[in-house]
Amino acid sequence: MTTPAYLAMRRSLSVQDKLLDFNWPLILAICVIACIGFAMLYSVAGGHFSPWASKQMLRFCVGLVLLTAAALVDIRVWMALAYPFYAICLLLLVAVEAFGHVGLGAQRWIELGPVQIQPSELMKIALILALARYLHGLGVEDVSKPLRLFVPLAMIALPAALVLMQPNLGTATILIMDGASLLFLAGLSWWWILPTLGLVAAAVPIAWQFLHDYQKRRVLTFLNPQNDALGAGWNISQAEIAIGSGGITGKGFLQGTQSQLNFLPEKETDFIFTSVGEEFGLLGCIALLLLFATVIGYGVRIAMSSRSQFGRLVALGLTLNFFFYIMINGAMVMGLIPVVGIPMPLLSYGGTALLTVMFGFGILMSVHVHRLTEIPRHSGIIL
Amino acid sequence: MPLFDPKDQSRYAAFTRRTLMVSGGMTAVFAVLAGRLYQLEVLEGDQFKTRSEENRVSERLVAPPRGRIHDRFGIELANNRQNFRVLLIPEQAASSVRVAVDEIGRLIYLSDRQREHVLREANQNKPFVPLIVAENLSWEDFSRLNLHVPYLGGVQPDVGQTRAYPFAQDLAHVLGYVGAVSSEEQAEDSDPLLTLPGFRTGKRGIEKAYESEVRGKAGVSRVEVNAYGRVVRELSREPSEAGADIYLTIDQNLQKFVMQRLGQESAATAVMDTSNGDVLALGSTPSFDPNLFNIGVSTAQWKAWMADDHTPLINKTIGGLYPPGSTIKPAMALAALDAGLENLHVHCSGAITLGNHEFHCWKRTGHGAVDLHRGIIVSCDVFFYEVARRLGIDRIEAAAHALGLGKQTGIELPGEKAGVVPGRAWKEAHYGVPWQQGETLVTGIGQGYLNVTPLQLCTMVARIASGNAVSPRLVRVVGGEAQSRVDLPRLPYSDRALTAVRSGMDGVTNTPGGTAFAWRIPVPGFEMAGKTGTAQVRVISREEHRAGVRKNQSLPWKLRDHAVFIAFAPVSLPRYACAVLVEHGGLPEHPQVQMARDILLYAQQRDPLKLPTAYPLRAATKGGAPKRA
Repeated sequence: MTTPAYLAMRRSLSVQDKLLDFNWPLILAICVIACIGFAMLYSVAGGHFSPWASKQMLRFCVGLVLLTAAALVDIRVWMALAYPFYAICLLLLVAVEAFGHVGLGAQRWIELGPVQIQPSELMKIALILALARYLHGLGVEDVSKPLRLFVPLAMIALPAALVLMQPNLGTATILIMDGASLLFLAGLSWWWILPTLGLVAAAVPIAWQFLHDYQKRRVLTFLNPQNDALGAGWNISQAEIAIGSGGITGKGFLQGTQSQLNFLPEKETDFIFTSVGEEFGLLGCIALLLLFATVIGYGVRIAMSSRSQFGRLVALGLTLNFFFYIMINGAMVMGLIPVVGIPMPLLSYGGTALLTVMFGFGILMSVHVHRLTEIPRHSGIIL
Repeated sequence: MPLFDPKDQSRYAAFTRRTLMVSGGMTAVFAVLAGRLYQLEVLEGDQFKTRSEENRVSERLVAPPRGRIHDRFGIELANNRQNFRVLLIPEQAASSVRVAVDEIGRLIYLSDRQREHVLREANQNKPFVPLIVAENLSWEDFSRLNLHVPYLGGVQPDVGQTRAYPFAQDLAHVLGYVGAVSSEEQAEDSDPLLTLPGFRTGKRGIEKAYESEVRGKAGVSRVEVNAYGRVVRELSREPSEAGADIYLTIDQNLQKFVMQRLGQESAATAVMDTSNGDVLALGSTPSFDPNLFNIGVSTAQWKAWMADDHTPLINKTIGGLYPPGSTIKPAMALAALDAGLENLHVHCSGAITLGNHEFHCWKRTGHGAVDLHRGIIVSCDVFFYEVARRLGIDRIEAAAHALGLGKQTGIELPGEKAGVVPGRAWKEAHYGVPWQQGETLVTGIGQGYLNVTPLQLCTMVARIASGNAVSPRLVRVVGGEAQSRVDLPRLPYSDRALTAVRSGMDGVTNTPGGTAFAWRIPVPGFEMAGKTGTAQVRVISREEHRAGVRKNQSLPWKLRDHAVFIAFAPVSLPRYACAVLVEHGGLPEHPQVQMARDILLYAQQRDPLKLPTAYPLRAATKGGAPKRA
């Protein structure tokens, strides 16, 4: 009996077993997307590996190692680490608030020696793990009980509030969406969901008052980009021009004038997708979206095949987190929503975001590898 | 531990349902994104392609070379010379702009003002915009800079073009000069060239009058630029169209002589071809160097010009108004001859009385018996008082107009004054009181309201000499096209009258006793005929007469009379007309007559009208083409 099911029941898989059981098509899809990212970084640098593509490739290699390492860790260990990890991330968020590095007008980094840590990125994974850990112990009927609901809501609200104070509206929004989707997947009653959605809709005008000036400007600019075509509207209109001018087949690799002539700000980070649109056109964009959809599809399959509630919630939570990035960034560069600082996963230049995404895929892979591992509801794992 | 936890079964079912919903939601979002991509890239793709192209391509104007201005023989009077400049690109400077400027300052002279200007510009512009550190460098300075360029970061020697006037002062008043574009010009003229930094337009003279012809058409260089406006490369170039070249009627050789002959006097002169009005020389002194306006006039220089009572910046030939004095007398005589006064004899006792006012002759002792011929020769005021009285102001006015006074001559220069020929209607309109007969008498000797420009005087003498209503003109050819001219009408006076007047003017210079006999041209065949004049600047009062203040030379310069002389030559077959006015030059040695004598002698000996002109290559098609021997 050397089937995975048998081995899972033995609850001890060798490293070799685990590696063999990796979801290699998923890793292939991730690598293909990352390579498209390298190509775009090479292109926006005017056909040079420096300064972005070469660094990003190195980081991706580190990310692959991280993915593998995280995938090899037993899912129960992840479960055991969920709360401490969450606690550490929360502390880091407080630390960032207290003595963080101010970058791009917001406090987002903390420097630990040579490493810059962006706790808000790690927090997304920590929140998913911790919420899954908590919800793992609840039956469907328990989730909707007010007293039970209080704890996960607090777990979401605390980091979201801290991130909002940085201020980083985009990440806070993703944190809330991550948390809400886990509650939804755990079977939260519609009696909770629908009124909350109604309340949120009603609260929008009030929330508006609390937005920072730059956030308000972004929203107003979004509603009417021509209003400020050379100022805040510049990003949106130039991004639309870049994508739109690509047409069906695009201008060709390295032929994107918008990005190479610097009409696009942050072309290598948040607006990298526009270069895909400009150089490879509609066909390239659709192909890229299909690759993303493939990754998401594998994520959903992994979630569905997990035998533990923790595994399912973590897998789908991480998949949704990945999806939210794509959705927000895509909609933003196409002018569907206001500009928020959310990168396109695997494509955008940036270390923390890439490593975090790879780390997330590592845990997803861990769920996949340990999909047959059953964890009792009251497993008693305490660290 | 059981493999099947019933509670987990229900959770799994719920999870599956919700996962399906979430997957459906994600699919919907992907569909929206794909739809938006379809909208942007397919439906609106063309529009965005255009906008992307507009983003990328910038059109830069290329300044055309300004049309050159030549004299009648093709000598360049205004051309474009190379302008050696040194540019500094701040972002390429080794350390800072200040250090770079200091380094340049060690190689060539830079004033504090220049340094400050560069530093100010550097702060206002983007770091890749080249700044002009110094212009109009000498070849030595420019070579020295070029030698050091490899060691100077961001320093770029550059050769531009700038307007140059090789004969400087000689033609300042004819050519005018170019200067920076004014905001008024930009408002009136939509030519995009005017927006080019450093572009110059004509401010005065021919440069201004023929601005649209000599400017040329802008070329366009289509360049690829990045978002900061930095040029990445040139995509295509449509060359500029050079401005039209202009050929003037001026003979630079004669012009130079005229300017030298006028010297430092505050004087004006015009030399004209009597047959067609071609202006061969047009001098106004003192002059100025028009190149200075291109390089930049210093405040001190400007103040000096403004303070100079010889008014160097005013073109006195067309912009100065003076009473013609006795030079009006040939015109009076012409009118008189055809009005039946050819046999008029007047006894000059030194004054005549009209009503209770006494009108004096310039010669207090009187001229005795004077007829028209002698009246011109000795310039007898009393005779012309009588002529004026008999003619009446209306016929005097008509004669003055017929000879080109009282209105612009139409010379192709901006700022020409019309002058004043008074008459009944004019007096009524300007003063609201009727004309007085005494004013007729004063007008008869060229005083009173009468005001003319030296060019009008030259026109008048050219008309008398030719019998045709010639008008002065300066421009022969523009852009290879000979300028058409109207046929010259005859003057409304008989040949007999014209001959008599010319004979009188011949007597002025060539008969002993004539007012200009002492300064005649003694060279046979080159004799000139003329008429002297003195334009009173102020009336010498009776008290001053008694106190002995009668001679001009005893008065301060500013109060002396203007000295006027009109002449044509040669007497036998007039070809050259000339008028000279010397401000406050009313001296016994008649400097204006001496100048006219030298100028006319030089002109005849050189005889530019006999020399073949450089143009036209093509004969004018409209009107009468100039015919020359």
